[in-house]
Amino acid sequence: MTVQLAAPALGRPLVKRLGELTRQPILVASWIVVLVVIGWAVAPGLFTSYSPFDGDTSASFAPPSAEHWFGTDRLGRDLFARSVYGAHTTLTATLLAVLIAFGIGTVVGLVAGFVGGIVDTAVMRVVDVFLAIPSLLLAMVVVSVLGYSTQNIALAVGISSIASFARVMRAQVLAVVTQDYVKAAYGLGVGRLGVMLRHVVPNSLSSVIALAALEVGTAVLAVASLGFLGYGAPPPQPEWGLLVAEGRDYVAVHPWASILPGVALAIVVIATHRISTSYRKEHRR
Amino acid sequence: MEEQREVTRYLALKVGRALFVVWAAFTLTFVLLFVLPANPADLLFDPAEINSIPPEVREQVAESYGFDKPVFLQYFNRLGHALTGDFGNSVQSGRAVTETILDALPSTLVLASGALVLALLIAFVIALVTTSTRRPWVRNLVEALPSGAVSVPVFLSGILMLQIFSFRLGWFPAFGDSGARSVVLPLITLAVPVSGPIAQLLVRSFATEFRSGYVTTSYAKGATRNGIIIRDVFRNASLPALTIAGITFGNLIAGSVITETVFARKGIGRLTQAAINTLDVPLVQGIVVLVAASFALINLIVDLIYPLLDPRLRATLAVA
Repeated sequence: MTVQLAAPALGRPLVKRLGELTRQPILVASWIVVLVVIGWAVAPGLFTSYSPFDGDTSASFAPPSAEHWFGTDRLGRDLFARSVYGAHTTLTATLLAVLIAFGIGTVVGLVAGFVGGIVDTAVMRVVDVFLAIPSLLLAMVVVSVLGYSTQNIALAVGISSIASFARVMRAQVLAVVTQDYVKAAYGLGVGRLGVMLRHVVPNSLSSVIALAALEVGTAVLAVASLGFLGYGAPPPQPEWGLLVAEGRDYVAVHPWASILPGVALAIVVIATHRISTSYRKEHRR
Repeated sequence: MEEQREVTRYLALKVGRALFVVWAAFTLTFVLLFVLPANPADLLFDPAEINSIPPEVREQVAESYGFDKPVFLQYFNRLGHALTGDFGNSVQSGRAVTETILDALPSTLVLASGALVLALLIAFVIALVTTSTRRPWVRNLVEALPSGAVSVPVFLSGILMLQIFSFRLGWFPAFGDSGARSVVLPLITLAVPVSGPIAQLLVRSFATEFRSGYVTTSYAKGATRNGIIIRDVFRNASLPALTIAGITFGNLIAGSVITETVFARKGIGRLTQAAINTLDVPLVQGIVVLVAASFALINLIVDLIYPLLDPRLRATLAVA
């Protein structure tokens, strides 16, 4: 009786899917990038033997070499090590931000779309307001109220993206509730809550998940941007945006100090975008 | 007659929503900045030193900003003044908030409008190439550009620009806002990420338009491919770009905060950063309300002119 619109991708045998992957080398490379960076965040010690905090001041601003892949900074600290350890700070904040936006946004959008009427109108007007303030600006305001820290950056970035999740979820819910299988479920005597949880939620989630995948890249950028502006962890801490900001003062003489951590960050964002694009394409089929 | 009433209703609804957004942005920032902090005046002091400052001094400072009055009184007082364009005085400089913002505005307007034009140009070229090329590898390569454009952090592309075109080649000045040459690098830096979403939308709508019936008809009538692109597809496919005008505006504002910081350029973005850094509460509120009002105005204009540009929508005005 449940007419499920099962995602076709998940139904295909794993072997066949892996076979398809080999024909998409860029997608494979993107997954490798993301997995390696997750590795950096989880077990940084496996990827570098240098400390992110202690440096040899006599070897400050060493250019990139076999010994120091990204070179060293003003205090002679290994910049590759700082980038590896920085992954933990930046990625944890990103994950927290996406979870906040996804969790709250989905529930708000679900309630608005499913309940409808005055609740829907009220929620959507509030969403309008949040969408009217660019998320970086809203995040800056929230951080200034909460205080400067990476955790608060995560909160701020999450809060500033709730509205877009709510809007997408609501639109999807509105489309799903008119489907025949929802009417059929009502006809069979399933209660409103049952219909919502068993039919509306599972069938509405796909586009919100696609948005969440896209939001990972956006959130990494937002977290790093706020870190770059100096609203995150205080300086000895390694954080990607802060690493770029620290190297910025010396960019005329020692460009790598700022550019290499920034390029690493850009590659990660490009990889997550690539993965989320392929998820959306696969899902549209 | 009936139709006229529908149009009036549509206009009233859209204008009402825009006004609501501006009012709500004011209220939201008031709650965030003036109500939530236990004592907003304390935000003015260095958190490390706050306990060494005598309570009388703190009270005096709070009083001078009116923070000692009941919250509702403060709210209506500020709202009343805001309606006349007065957001109080900047805590840091003592100058009127409105005056401070107006002072920084022209510099950002030059940067943002220039970046917008360049972004549109980039987006159109990308859409045009993907539609008209017959080589798959060219199409794949160009199609990947927009997602790359939004993935590279603005602060990185700005620093790369500085490094290459300022320090290495010496073509453009590195910092400041003196003369037309100093705006070139910030303008490109800001235009690239802004162009991404526009290009993605145009690529999709160019493709859709190219599959529609009138294109086949034009071919049958003997029109050339380029003729069709320029005369029909270009015009019809450009319209949807208006729907993301609001998002584009947001990207321009967010991008200018970073761009102006990297290039040490005067403007709203840098003013915002300074206001946040020094917790200049009235200035922050003034900027947020100004940005939200501009966003609401842009969306209002799009809502109002879209039906004029797209005849199909006129019939469905009432539902919109």
